Amino acid sequence: MGKYWNIGKLALKERLVYRGDFFLSTVLRFLPMVTSILLWKAVFGSASQDQLSGFSLNQVIAYLLLVHVSRMFSSMPGLAVNLARDIREGTIKKFLIQPLDLCTFLLSSRVAHKIAYISTSLIPYAGLFLACLSFFDTFPSGLGWVYYFISLALGFLVGFYFELCIGMIGFWFLEVTSLLYVVTTLSFFLSGHLIPLDFLDQTGWVEALKALPFSYMAYFPAALFLGKVPEGEIVGRLLLGIFWAIFFWGLSRVILHLGLKQYSAFGA
Amino acid sequence: MPVIKTQNLTKEFKVFEKQPGLGGAFRNLFNRKAKKVLAVDSINLEIQEGEIVGFLGPNGAGKTTTLKMLSGLVFPTRGTAEVLGYTPWKRPIEFRKAFSLVMGQKNQLWWDLPASDSFFLLREIYGIDRKKFASTVDELTTLFQCRDLLAQPVRELSLGERMKMELTAALLHEPKLLLLDEPTIGLDVVAQSSIHKFLEEYNRSRKITILMTSHYMRDVERLCSRVVIISSGKMVYDGTLDGIKKRHGNEKTIRVLFRKQVSPGILPGLQASEVRGEELQWHVSREEIPKFISHLAGRDDVVDISIEDPPIEEVISKFFQSQVIQAPTLPAQVES
Repeated sequence: MGKYWNIGKLALKERLVYRGDFFLSTVLRFLPMVTSILLWKAVFGSASQDQLSGFSLNQVIAYLLLVHVSRMFSSMPGLAVNLARDIREGTIKKFLIQPLDLCTFLLSSRVAHKIAYISTSLIPYAGLFLACLSFFDTFPSGLGWVYYFISLALGFLVGFYFELCIGMIGFWFLEVTSLLYVVTTLSFFLSGHLIPLDFLDQTGWVEALKALPFSYMAYFPAALFLGKVPEGEIVGRLLLGIFWAIFFWGLSRVILHLGLKQYSAFGA
Repeated sequence: MPVIKTQNLTKEFKVFEKQPGLGGAFRNLFNRKAKKVLAVDSINLEIQEGEIVGFLGPNGAGKTTTLKMLSGLVFPTRGTAEVLGYTPWKRPIEFRKAFSLVMGQKNQLWWDLPASDSFFLLREIYGIDRKKFASTVDELTTLFQCRDLLAQPVRELSLGERMKMELTAALLHEPKLLLLDEPTIGLDVVAQSSIHKFLEEYNRSRKITILMTSHYMRDVERLCSRVVIISSGKMVYDGTLDGIKKRHGNEKTIRVLFRKQVSPGILPGLQASEVRGEELQWHVSREEIPKFISHLAGRDDVVDISIEDPPIEEVISKFFQSQVIQAPTLPAQVES
């Protein structure tokens, strides 16, 4: 594992090379949050009731803040597109001829990027959370924090292996941008990034949506934090998240195996 | 045991034909025609330890595809290959640790970081002992005279400097086989010469086996004791460079400097191919040389005569041209 640890360190170093871009992209990413808060205040202001699908305005804003934290772990900017580009342009070659595992290499690089991003976003996010502390009615108990951090880790793994699978479709379709756009749009909605999944209660599909892998990328950790997941269901939901992480890990191995079999290495 | 042994190694690619124009682009959306392209056709190759073999052929001949199969990047359609005792496309870790592939037009170093960082990473990837690593870096950078560049980000290096770093990176784990795909492409003469010298010395001291493609005949003349030529995917020659010269370089170039300008047809039956002031140039077959000299012997206006072999580029070019036409029916010509 030593080599992957060092790959992570190097990826971190590389991430910090372009300092200006790095700070702008990490520090400013939380700003859209402010517009979301204003939007929801307007929605609740015009509604005739204090609660929507069991969420008060405070809870919705707390939810949106927590979804941002979930996405800090589960979003994988550039992973699929860059992987497909590496396949198309042949730069994937070095992972195939060196004693390296492509998936583990990308995982360690991504962990490094996340560490860089999360650690530098910590201060602005802490400021934002402090400013919005009044929106939080409840906080997790001791064990609740453990569950919450496990759910964030699961969000990272499900998000990483899911997007890895999308990127590896590049072995068959050299351009995955359109596919990724469709998947990202769907995921934005199905993960609960836009609105809490509970708001879709009337559709009758809400339980199915909660069981999909997308919910682990945004909804589940936030709902867990806010106590919206019944206590008796927490362990089962966590186990389902572990299942999804293992499922996409396995799927990525299968896709890699099949992709390499018909890889033409054009441009390599 | 040979380092590389292939039997009937063949690779077919499925490619889609694109119809020209906007209309064609729309038709392609619904009706694509696929065709199979035979990139490498039944190559039988055997390379022994310590050899430096030039792998030549015109663009699209199948050289790079062959290297990709030998390095395990692509699966063959048919045939077998054994490289360092392994089947390359199974890509066992031991095999990946035993060879290196360097492509002149691609880089494997981290672009934004100094080469030394990539070297440290390669030390971890290949599990190189720290002391051994330090001495290898020291040896290679001394040979290349590039130690002072180690701390500079790769993107700031010149093409020649980058290639030196690429080769250093490729040799850190002391591979037994080095596959080079146009390693001197785009380099100036000084950088080319420096790479030649390095590869020569490294091959002499380590007995590393090298298979290299190049369009620069200077690379081949300087380094390769043996050349393998492929054309349209087929192996059409395997032997020495002199062998090709003998077979396809039968003509000599004769330059004669006269005291004053003379007519290109000054010698009976031998029209000069080029006139440069007082100097005339003829291409004459070896058999015709004595007759040519005897014609000149009686003249008192000759200042200087030089007889030269044609440039190797010209010989190889003639060879390619003859093979492109004959390739589909030609069996490989093997010369020991």
